[in-house]
Amino acid sequence: MSILVYIDIANGKIKKSTQEVISYGADLSAITGEKLIGVAIGNCQDQLEELGSFGLQEIVHIGKDSNRNAPAETDAWAIATLAIEKKSTTLLFSHSLSGKLLAPLTASRLKAGLVSGVISQPDLTDGFIVKRSVFSGKAFAKVAIKTPTRVLTINPNSYPVKQRNGTAEVTNIALEGPASRVKSISIEKTSGELPLTEAGIVVSAGRGLKGPENWGMVEQLAGELHAALACSRPVADAHWRPHHEHVGQTGVAIAPNLYIAIGISGAIQHLAGVNRSKVIVVINKDPEAPFFKAADYGIVGDAFEVVPQFTAALKKVKAS
Amino acid sequence: MKILVCISKTPDTTAKIAFTDNNTKFDTNGVQWIVNPWDEWFALVRAIELKEADPSITLHLITVGESDADPIIRKALALGGDEAIRINASPAESQFVAHQIAAIAKEGNYDLVLTGKETIDHNGSTVGGLIAGETELPYISLATKLDRQGNTLTITREIEGGQEVCEVEIPVVVSAQKGMAEARIPNMRGIMAARTKPLKVVEPIATNEYTQVIQFELPAPKSGVKLIAPDQVEELVRLLHEEAKVI
Repeated sequence: MSILVYIDIANGKIKKSTQEVISYGADLSAITGEKLIGVAIGNCQDQLEELGSFGLQEIVHIGKDSNRNAPAETDAWAIATLAIEKKSTTLLFSHSLSGKLLAPLTASRLKAGLVSGVISQPDLTDGFIVKRSVFSGKAFAKVAIKTPTRVLTINPNSYPVKQRNGTAEVTNIALEGPASRVKSISIEKTSGELPLTEAGIVVSAGRGLKGPENWGMVEQLAGELHAALACSRPVADAHWRPHHEHVGQTGVAIAPNLYIAIGISGAIQHLAGVNRSKVIVVINKDPEAPFFKAADYGIVGDAFEVVPQFTAALKKVKAS
Repeated sequence: MKILVCISKTPDTTAKIAFTDNNTKFDTNGVQWIVNPWDEWFALVRAIELKEADPSITLHLITVGESDADPIIRKALALGGDEAIRINASPAESQFVAHQIAAIAKEGNYDLVLTGKETIDHNGSTVGGLIAGETELPYISLATKLDRQGNTLTITREIEGGQEVCEVEIPVVVSAQKGMAEARIPNMRGIMAARTKPLKVVEPIATNEYTQVIQFELPAPKSGVKLIAPDQVEELVRLLHEEAKVI
């Protein structure tokens, strides 16, 4: 019996969300006594053995042509085959772009119950019940999984990473099984930006900034905080900022430790994408902006004055 | 070419989220229902565009829901599509929904099954992949662009750290997101035409129960905002560092 964790590799690097999923698996394995096994597919520059320090006991590394590194259906078949061989009862993915492709395909092959967007350890007192985020972050649902094999995707930033003592043995095997029917033509990398869904801090701005030329101060603040940039829907729709920065109900949903909203009124559709943030700071000159109701800290003031001061204050703290 | 677009009925984006029956049921009191935006704006509109470019395409819509889903499927038909199928059952879980749609997709020999990337109520992002699994068709997730040349589709999809352009022969299952198309507003002619388009009601096939929602929970209310004067930004930095411990 085992718990199988999918190790997400992007551009040769192991993702932080994978450390969260391994930590989740390690806590579960401590209760069930099952072996915690990791599966990595594709070229990886990082040291896989080091993942033992998060609790993995064994790692299966499946080699793959480096030019075709994006996850594909073949990967799901390989994961399912490994799960059968290792008698895995629970398979864990991050609720990331890769997880959204692979988890349902793997669950289908294993005829497993699938719960995505999980935010807590299962309650095992009466079956296997997990909590997941629903209604765009406005509520949670407790879901019982009824099948002997289970597939979970864990929401990024929802489970703490824990360091442990341990090493994992890595076995290398070749990718087998039918060729993927989807032919990869090209891969375009977005340069070095932190993926929004995984950023610990997100700085976001809205129409209150009046125009795209005013984003410099927002970028400086984000740079000082090592934060990812985001924006509201009207800003993306007006092409002031790229669409992938749009957070909200119909954009990206995020749950960072800190969300800083500048010149965003906080319409319900925007809140739906950010209300799982641990701490929300709102900077808006309108004291009636609905966002203040959802905020932990607020400044009623002119963004053009407050934001540069914010950056300066951070610099000062860092210098001292 | 035959296209099947999956449509889900969801509460309006501004709906108040509350629960009844000891937090086991969504409180539908006063809730406005809409076509799930991801299904409507991206999956459906792109399918309509494909049909506009090639009128020989057959475009069907499908939903899993009880009769209260009829107005929603008619709303979707007002945008376009030849006819709709409703599987007469409550969409209790994603595996159930996927099995129902997969059965129709196989029986009807559809060449392209399109879903939105997720619904705004369950946020699962799983149904497309599960349909692909059940039908044993290739699956392309989170597509931002889809072009057709005969039986070959060229699709751009979002992957970790970038995007991938891929090519696939039909039949295929694709989940659609932002970028695929621009949202449309139905016109009067579309709304009138939707009234008389065929809506076929089909009874569900039997499936196993995979998961079951036991209870809902609302997040703990925020304790209220702590306001800081605009000339006290250093105090905000101190609070974020010492009190909230997030920087």
